[in-house]
Amino acid sequence: MNLEKVIFAFFSILALTLNYGFFIGELDDPSHHNVYELFAALIVSLIATIMKFGDRAHIGALLLATSLVADLQLIAAAMVWGYVVYVVEAPLEPSVMSSIVSLSGGALLANLTSVILLVVETVTFRR
Amino acid sequence: MHNVISLVLRRMRLPLIILISTYAISVVGLTLIPGIDDQGNPWRMDFFHAIYFVSFLGSTIGFGEIPYPFTGAQRMWTTFTIYAAVVSWLYAIGTILTVIQDQGFRRVLAFQSFARKVRRLQEPFYIVCGYGDASRLLVHELSERRIHCVVVEKDREKIEELAVEDLPDYVPGLSEDATNSDTLITAGLNRPNCRGVIALTGDDHSNLTIAITSKLLAPDVQVICQSDSKDSAANMASFGTDHIIDPFEIFASRFAMMFHSPSMYLVYEWMTAVYGSPLSEFKRPPTGTWVLCGFGRFGKAVREYIAIEGVKTRLIEADTELTGAPLDTIEGRGTEANTLLEADIQDAVGIIAGTDNDANNLSVLITARYLNPGLFTAARQNQQKKTPIFKAADIDLIMQPGTIVAQYILGLILAPLLGDFFRLTRDQNEEWANVLVSRIAGVVAEITPETWELDISRLQAPAVFDSLIRRNRVQLKDICTNPKNSAELLPCVPLLIKRDKVAMLLPDMEEFLQRGDQILFCGRQESTYQIRYVVNDQQALHYIQTGIDRPGGILWRWITKAQ
Repeated sequence: MNLEKVIFAFFSILALTLNYGFFIGELDDPSHHNVYELFAALIVSLIATIMKFGDRAHIGALLLATSLVADLQLIAAAMVWGYVVYVVEAPLEPSVMSSIVSLSGGALLANLTSVILLVVETVTFRR
Repeated sequence: MHNVISLVLRRMRLPLIILISTYAISVVGLTLIPGIDDQGNPWRMDFFHAIYFVSFLGSTIGFGEIPYPFTGAQRMWTTFTIYAAVVSWLYAIGTILTVIQDQGFRRVLAFQSFARKVRRLQEPFYIVCGYGDASRLLVHELSERRIHCVVVEKDREKIEELAVEDLPDYVPGLSEDATNSDTLITAGLNRPNCRGVIALTGDDHSNLTIAITSKLLAPDVQVICQSDSKDSAANMASFGTDHIIDPFEIFASRFAMMFHSPSMYLVYEWMTAVYGSPLSEFKRPPTGTWVLCGFGRFGKAVREYIAIEGVKTRLIEADTELTGAPLDTIEGRGTEANTLLEADIQDAVGIIAGTDNDANNLSVLITARYLNPGLFTAARQNQQKKTPIFKAADIDLIMQPGTIVAQYILGLILAPLLGDFFRLTRDQNEEWANVLVSRIAGVVAEITPETWELDISRLQAPAVFDSLIRRNRVQLKDICTNPKNSAELLPCVPLLIKRDKVAMLLPDMEEFLQRGDQILFCGRQESTYQIRYVVNDQQALHYIQTGIDRPGGILWRWITKAQ
């Protein structure tokens, strides 16, 4: 058992599950989407990215790319949220909420790709 | 070699994860702990303000408690946050500094910047392996002539010396082992513009390894090697090393030449001297019995060569067993008077101090001259930096291995035909050399001549080439004529013409040139430019051949024809 692989898989899958947890629910209903969940998804995704830093294998580079995409999407979602609430100082309209959640949906797709790549790597390794 | 960025990133993994975790925990803590707003209502910090607060707190800027004064619980959490953030930052910055100062990391950086510089070289270049006395001289001379080279040297200090040297052309250096094939490839061995590899590491085995690696990986690249023993020279020759240079052998053969044909010696000296140095005058060594101190590689070569000239030597050697000295050798270092007296210094005609220790060599000569002031003194100078002392000692003949090697290689690079020239002069006699010396001395005033080559090709001599295609005849004297005055010959001597692999020594001035001829000249430097002008310019060539300054434009040609 490779401890590095276990920890990385843990963070990748945790990023996916947290992301999914935030994403699920009515698209434009703020009460279905918890800000703590978004924060946790972002932090876990960042950590998963850093763990792939300096990996020179081809699949490692792909994993780095997908998790960078996820980070970017989640940061964009958080910034939209922060901008509307604290800069514009407007209430969370359904239209704003839906754009935040759809951004996190993009991140979900990227995280899903990460996990699929991880599975592919593991399967080919076991051959 | 690794990628620098991935190397840094890999080392930064843990510090960055710790930093992000600390920030995340601090932010979440701040959003969870209940506070009180300015009206006294319960209030909780939101994510935006928590991130803002932790950001300025973590970087120890500290704007104060915002947006409302904190409660006790919030202050307690903030205290924890301050220490956690400072410690994580220190750890992260410390790791970055460690990575940057790491020897391995610096080596990777130096390696990559060297590789980048080699890749950017678009013009022909040479790889010089080793940066000792000979290489330093050679690199100086090459860069003076804007011939590019790169240096690979194991010793980091010597590469640092190269970096601070004031060279007219930039010479990249790398401190790596040149016997490693990867290093040679990084230095550009496989690049199409790599002209040659010059192995002067000071170690026969390393030179051998470099030669064989270069010949295997890039068979077309010229390989020039220094060798200090006959065994390794034979070994190098066996796999096609282009030139093998043994400074002791070169010196010994020239020294022997001084006895029987001083003019021939001068020819050799001048052809390989650095341009611009004063014409060397030399004292002819007397024939008789000589005392030779040191029977190492140098002593053996000298003894062997001067024995052919009928010069007898008495040997002094400190370690007779190791060097395999003959039985009549006197044991001792030669620095003491009694050893020298034992070798009958008083009725010897000359002394050669040829040990590998410069201080001992000087001491031998000074003691010997004290015992017999009329002696001819010859010394081997091992280190270039001792030159001032050797000059001050007023020695008749100084042998500097570094200078001999550097000049020889420079000759091979600047004028490859010199090799053919030297091969042919070996069969000539002293009278022939006398004539040549007086001819050369007649054209070069006070300084040693420059040697250069000209190919009768479309690229190097378009005017001559075109004339030959149009079946006009061009004589050798035509291109050696002053383009401003067709009655005057330029101060140069054509030494050799190589045509279809046959070399003609000292060609006649009436010789008709042919396409593909390679000509070796020697003479004053300014004649180089004038010959280049003549062979490039149709008008100049026509003027020289006919004495008529032909008009260049179509209109003028038509008018003169009409008349």
